[in-house]
Amino acid sequence: MALKDRRKKRLDRSIKVRTGGLYALSSWSEMGYLIAPRLGLILILAALPLVLDMYWQRVLCSAGIFALLALGFDFLAEYAGLVCLGGALFIGVGGYISGLLNSTFGWPALVTIPLATFFGAAVCTVILLPCLRLRGIYFAIVSFMFPLFAVFIIIALGVFGSTEGITGLDSFPNIWVEVYLIIGVVVVALFAMRRLVSEDIGVILRGIKDNDQAVRASGINVTAYKTRAVFIAALIGCFGGAYLSHLYGWLGLSLFAMDFSILPIAATVMGGMGSLVGPVLGAFILTPMSEALRGFGQLRVVLYCLILIGFMLYKPEGLMNYLQRKYEQYEHWEEV
Amino acid sequence: MEILIYGTVNSIVFALIAVGFTLVYGVSRVPNFAHGSIYVLVGFFTWSLVNDLKLNYALAIFISIAISAVVGLLIYRVVLIRLRGMATSEIIASFAVSLIILEGLRMQGIAGFKGFIGPFYALPPFVEGKIQIGDVFVDYQRLIIVGTGVSVVLLLWLFTHYTKTGLSLRAIAQDERAAMMLGVHSDRTAMISLAIGSALAGLAAVTILPLGNIAAEAGYRVLIYALAVCIIGGLGSWGGAILASFVIGFAMKISTALFGALWESVVLVGTIILILLLRPSGLLGKQKEIEERV
Repeated sequence: MALKDRRKKRLDRSIKVRTGGLYALSSWSEMGYLIAPRLGLILILAALPLVLDMYWQRVLCSAGIFALLALGFDFLAEYAGLVCLGGALFIGVGGYISGLLNSTFGWPALVTIPLATFFGAAVCTVILLPCLRLRGIYFAIVSFMFPLFAVFIIIALGVFGSTEGITGLDSFPNIWVEVYLIIGVVVVALFAMRRLVSEDIGVILRGIKDNDQAVRASGINVTAYKTRAVFIAALIGCFGGAYLSHLYGWLGLSLFAMDFSILPIAATVMGGMGSLVGPVLGAFILTPMSEALRGFGQLRVVLYCLILIGFMLYKPEGLMNYLQRKYEQYEHWEEV
Repeated sequence: MEILIYGTVNSIVFALIAVGFTLVYGVSRVPNFAHGSIYVLVGFFTWSLVNDLKLNYALAIFISIAISAVVGLLIYRVVLIRLRGMATSEIIASFAVSLIILEGLRMQGIAGFKGFIGPFYALPPFVEGKIQIGDVFVDYQRLIIVGTGVSVVLLLWLFTHYTKTGLSLRAIAQDERAAMMLGVHSDRTAMISLAIGSALAGLAAVTILPLGNIAAEAGYRVLIYALAVCIIGGLGSWGGAILASFVIGFAMKISTALFGALWESVVLVGTIILILLLRPSGLLGKQKEIEERV
């Protein structure tokens, strides 16, 4: 049958409608409908380390870092309108701060990671502050420059271990702490972020994204809110960096590598932009895939980009929005 | 004197690099993040046409510029046309195209500073030899760059102000709907602007690359320079773009003379941040552009 003779009809499932309000509490099946996907995600993430071997547990750790970055990217791009192509800046700053605190003062990871998360986010926010007035491609390119320039500056000044980096940082006591720490943080960050974007600040940020002049006309300081958004995204990213430097007990220039900027973007597009869960899901799919392709070296970046463009052109809604639609709606073809 | 001459050459290099990007973004509102990668791609094509197929140098240059125009056209036709108007997606998609080309070329052995493998890829200059101006020696290639840069800027100005195609490019930039009502085909015009922009990137590549080696890293640098010029100069303003190239060109040359080559990029980013703090709309940007970018 030719395409023009039929169309796709979508209807909300009745249970979706019934769980829309307070009535969701009226029966177990309805509560189950709401809880199942959320609890499912948490349980799968929590169970994964139990079935994987040591090597893949490590991969899971780095997937968690990428998931955090992707979450931050999605938040900035879809809720604040700031497309940040320089996620590596967050990783680099967080990693360098915690690594330096650890190697210079000998403070344990328990102290350095929170410090690096907080102060790293502050540093990143200050670095990005002059560019926050920019929009669209201007912000994108300036943020893309920062990780590259950070590398140049570290080499030029010869500080922080220069090109060799610093080795011998404290690592975590065992693999279970490593893997459950990052999974816990991913889950907490994910749900906190979902909560955050439905609060007032989320509404204002979306307003800024759509029409910042209107927000400004309402007497709201646009730059102040953008600063907060960047701080929040940097907080997540810097934790990833601080965790990474302790995970491998090492810090170096590759903390500013392009992978940290581009894989989260690919994960976000793959998972579905704006869904917040999607990017996390995308990161947990893409990272093991890239790990399996380790032998191809730089060709991995080409692969991420191909996936990215493919999803962008042929499945722009992304995996998560697709799954959500299937979960919430009936679909069938109907003759016109 | 040396700073003056080499600063001028350097500035014209920036102008040549940026002019294609400014045309595409400033005129048609399509951010072509693949600009830098086309630059490297053309250099590579010219190199392999000359060295692998033993073609005449001039012919090779002509063919590879034509290829770059086709690549620009294809990028629009295959990828960007589906994403028109979605700024975020346009940025990410063209950036991804750029990465595919650059990292793909890196696999070909055009390694950057991360580890050099394979032979040096370098193009020969058009004319060997140098000339003495005052007490400084300048090679002919640099003079050719100056000549090309000046004539490209002049020709483009004439093109966008006095030809029908050029006028329709600017029409799309100012008001897409009104232009469409007057019979300007929006997609075709955007495609033309991307093709011209890419050809300009190619032209910049073949004139500038003989000064050094072809490396994948250059793609990122070119993109950054082009955007730096755009940011500093102000959007869509030719005067601003040229002024910005001179500001950056001289700032970098002077800082290299004073502190050494490693500080070049630090000065570049410092200039950008300074300009953003002092004049967020760029040196010659107007009020309208403030709304668009700030």
